[in-house]
Amino acid sequence: MTTALAAEAPAGCRPGAFGNATHLICRACGATSPLGPFYACLECFGPLEVGYEYPQITREQIERGPKSIWRYQPLLPVPADIASFRSTDPGFTRLVDARNLADDLGLRQLWVKDDSGNPTHSFKDRVVAVALSAARELGLQVLACPSTGNLANAVAAAAARAGIRSVVLVPSNLERQKILASAVYDTTLIAIEGTYDDVNKLASEIAGEEDDWAFVNVNVRPYYAEGSKTLAFEIAEQLGWRLPDQVVIPVASGSQLTKIDKGFRELIKLGLVEDKAYRIFGAQATGCSPIAQAYRAGHEVVAPVKPDTIAKSLAIGNPADGPYVLDVVRRTGGKITDVDDETVVSNIRRLARTEGIFGETAGGVTLGVTAKLVADGDLDPAAETVIINSGDGLKTLDAVSGQVGPKATIKPHYDAFKEFWKANNRS
Amino acid sequence: MSASVRIPTILRTYTGGEKEVKADGGTIAELIESLEQGYPGLKSRVLDDTGALRRFVNVYVGDDDVRFIGGLDAEVPDGAQVSIIPAVAGG
Repeated sequence: MTTALAAEAPAGCRPGAFGNATHLICRACGATSPLGPFYACLECFGPLEVGYEYPQITREQIERGPKSIWRYQPLLPVPADIASFRSTDPGFTRLVDARNLADDLGLRQLWVKDDSGNPTHSFKDRVVAVALSAARELGLQVLACPSTGNLANAVAAAAARAGIRSVVLVPSNLERQKILASAVYDTTLIAIEGTYDDVNKLASEIAGEEDDWAFVNVNVRPYYAEGSKTLAFEIAEQLGWRLPDQVVIPVASGSQLTKIDKGFRELIKLGLVEDKAYRIFGAQATGCSPIAQAYRAGHEVVAPVKPDTIAKSLAIGNPADGPYVLDVVRRTGGKITDVDDETVVSNIRRLARTEGIFGETAGGVTLGVTAKLVADGDLDPAAETVIINSGDGLKTLDAVSGQVGPKATIKPHYDAFKEFWKANNRS
Repeated sequence: MSASVRIPTILRTYTGGEKEVKADGGTIAELIESLEQGYPGLKSRVLDDTGALRRFVNVYVGDDDVRFIGGLDAEVPDGAQVSIIPAVAGG
């Protein structure tokens, strides 16, 4: 079914502006519409997703590309010359062979996909880079977002690099580090007195009024979300062009989890990896766990909640992709569960202590849930496991500030040091 | 009871391009019936075949998501600001 949107398709886009992408398709009812700044289905309000007609794509073709997400250009809604535009060129972050952590958890083989290595230190640089391309090709003038912090950092930096204006809306109670790490790019940062869900509502209202704004996670969300597929592509390529057995992914809106699944399925479909079963697990903080609650209750829809957790980057009480997260974890034989804030903090420390990786609160959520899944027998300890660290602990210092610090404060004299060392290192 | 209703872009074809319209009703259900009288076809875009709020539509009375305050039975005070907003945003 083709909707009336055809008549409203933006004119003036150059041929190939969206690469191999050909249309938008509603995930709820299947209605299709042309590519454009649309995100909700005209028929049912359902989420629109980018559809493609892929030519043959080879591993060698991808491997010849730049060491950034743009090596996967044929699989993204971006033009073939995307690498020639000014962007933050995110991606190709390290996949860490986490042997100490694997031993600690009792797993045979564990990898940490460490996305704190992106230009603004979270996975959001991936999605924003793709949204920026869509905004440019559609002729939109302002890059904007509602954000729990990481996205605001990524939008502000990407807009600065591209030389366009940005407006970022954040909850006023956000971590200070995240506010400063956006404001430094000279963006128009507006602190909103409310929760993320309040900010999101406001952004949707503004998006309905300002025709030349690209709200990356509202009106260009279908393109933006595709950026998360690059996590799946990189994991597979870095494993030597094969899929892992099980993956644990942090869940806020649920977009990243559903797109990692989409990325794996596309690799299989294109013959870039061998077809195999994999299981996808979701991780939430108990204080904002609407999808985990729906999973436990056996529901297909997600009832919104009011968030109360230190994991603010995951504090979305009304997750847009909630039903699709449930579909993915059930279809792949995975699960979605949650851990409390105390466990989040102890697992931030565990990741740091075992692997030298300082993850943000979302990383603590993911590792906490991973440990819980191992303890409950949900994760197969003999299977190859990948977990996602989506952001940098330097942005959520408050989480550990009461927990770690100097062992002692001493005078700058050797005697003082000797006294401390003797007192603290008796064997 | 009269309320002011903000209409999302994709429903403005029903309101002749109007971004905000008036409607009557003491509850959200009554308000949607009132909208249907003035703008035929709009109701079936907001409610599904069973008469429930569609999965991907959020309706607010002021700042409150109606799913927290009684759903379609949520009260609409006189002079309230009601917003209909696509749910698929954020994250």
